[in-house]
This record gives sequence, C-alpha cells and structure tokens, in this order.
Amino acid sequence: MSTETPLIGNLHAAPAENPLSGARIGVVTFPGTLDDRDAARAVRLGGGTAVPLWHADESLQGVDAVVLPGGFSYGDYLRAGAIARFAPMMNKIIDAATAPSAARLPVLGICNGFQVLTESHLLPGSMVKNEHLKFLCKDQVLQVENTDTAWTSQFTADELIAVPLKNQDGQYLADPATLEALEAEGRVVFRYVGENPNGSRNGIAGITNETGNVVGLMPHPEHAVEAGYGPDDATGMRSGTDGLTIFTSVIASLAGGAQ
Amino acid sequence: MPRIIVEVMPKPEILDPQGKAIASALPHLGFTGFSGVRQGRRFELTVDGEVTEQVLASARTAATEMLSNPVIEDVISVRVDDEDAA
Repeated sequence: MSTETPLIGNLHAAPAENPLSGARIGVVTFPGTLDDRDAARAVRLGGGTAVPLWHADESLQGVDAVVLPGGFSYGDYLRAGAIARFAPMMNKIIDAATAPSAARLPVLGICNGFQVLTESHLLPGSMVKNEHLKFLCKDQVLQVENTDTAWTSQFTADELIAVPLKNQDGQYLADPATLEALEAEGRVVFRYVGENPNGSRNGIAGITNETGNVVGLMPHPEHAVEAGYGPDDATGMRSGTDGLTIFTSVIASLAGGAQ
Repeated sequence: MPRIIVEVMPKPEILDPQGKAIASALPHLGFTGFSGVRQGRRFELTVDGEVTEQVLASARTAATEMLSNPVIEDVISVRVDDEDAA
C-alpha cells in the first residue's frame, strides 16, 4: 500500500463548510462544569466563535446562541442542575430563550445542561438516577427524529449518529400526558437505539421546546467533533464526528434566520 | 435557634433507584423483615429569631419551588422543629 494508514484516524479532517463563519456561540461555565472547553472547541470546529460566559455575570455579550455544557453544576448537591437554574446568567438565558418574538435565543443543553434546562422549565420533565444505578460511559447510537430544530437542521430524517454517553442521572422522566404531547408534537429529537441505557421513558435521549430553539440531550455531541477523539466508526478507531452536525446546524439556522 | 423541617420524598409512582438499591442490600446484612425502601431528603432551615407565619410561608415556597422538583418529588411536610435545637 502506498498510502500511510494513520493509527487513530485522520486528525486533520476538514470541518463542514461554514455557512456563517463568525456566529458567536456562548458557552456557560458554572462551578462544577466539566465540558465547557470541549463545547467551545466543538463550536470552533463547527465554524463559529466560542464566547465564554460566566454563571455569575448578567451579560449575554451579544451571543447568537448558547450552549450549557455537561458536568456537575454546584456539585449537583440539591438535584442535578437545580442550583444552576438560579444563576444570574440563567435568568438572562431563560428570558432570551422565551422572548415573544421569532428571535428566540437558540439554547442547547448537554447532559448536566439538559438537567439545568428541565429545572429551568425551558424543557418539560426531569432526570433521576440511571435505572441500574451505574455511571455510564460508552459510545451510544441515537436516532435523530426531529430535523426542524435550530440544532438539528443539517441532519437527515431518522439519521443514526454515534456520540459518547456519560452520566449518572440520565433517566428521563415525565408524566404520561407530557410524554404523549412530546410524542404527538414530534418534540422527541433524539432517541436511544438498541438497549435503553438508563431507563429513560420511551427511550428519550433528547427533546425540544414548542418553538424548536431549545434542545436538551443527555449524550455528548461535543465529544464527537474531531477525528482521533470521537467514537469508533466504520472508517476507523475514534474517528466518529457525528456530533459536529449539531454545531454546524445552529450556525446554518442563524445564517438562514430560521430561529 | 428554631428550625423549620422540610421533608421531601420521591413521588410514589416514580421508581426510587436509591431506595431500591438499599432494599436489595438489607438482606445481605441480615435485615430480612423489609419488603421495600424509599429514600427521601430532610432539610433543616435554621431561623434567626422567631418563626413567624411569614417565615413559615417563605419556607413552604422554598420547599415547592427549590427544595423539591414537582415532576419527581412531593413535599411531605414543612413544620417547625418542636424538639429543642441541639
């Protein structure tokens, strides 16, 4: 063979084309946030500009969208995400995400960020400990069931993606009426494929709000954005970059004025 | 100083994984008379001064809006601690 086979994949895979290079995506850091740097890196690889936002500040610094990254905000001591919900920065985000106009701030909550979104009532339901009580860390296949949100517009309908799942409190719960509404309105955005990893109702891995600008998901797309660091896939070990489409999607949505 | 006790429990219809884990461990230690365990939380709110009706009302609001999540938990009681504060 004349071509050299890389050990862990092509580390220089070009990111998807950048429809709005320079879109400013805020990444919030709470005390106990772990994945803010990874989220910022994902924003950059997706073609945006990552803007660090501090939980105690009150200025959104004119960002076009916000990511609430994973971790254990305030140690999760009360409930996962419960104290972060009262941070000054969250008050600003809640206001901007529920603005009456069509210019609602796109917000993505990943893992602990998803928990913060439910505690903030930006998304319905809640999270409890994984059914089998184990902390999970694995590559997880998801089906993308809603491509109309600000964060999923560049996926194809029912596309299967693989991103890492790592959590303690990942079991999604909601009352039967809420679950029925989520299903009827197509607001289940991501669903677990294969064995339900944590006992989530209806295999729900991610949902959106009624206006499609707020999305929460339990697995971690920001850890699957660069060959060499993502899940294993058909092209090689650790070369999966399925998560990048989340970040290119929001930039495309902003460019199109869709949200 | 007087204290207000807030007790929060997971809703009955929601599986309580922590309680389930404890229930399954009890027989290993020889405690065989118990068919189930549910684990909740007790909060002790210390009050500087008298527990007025206003303070108690504030504690009730904190119990429902912050100390519990109504999707998964019920506030069982909000009461003044009637034992002498240790």
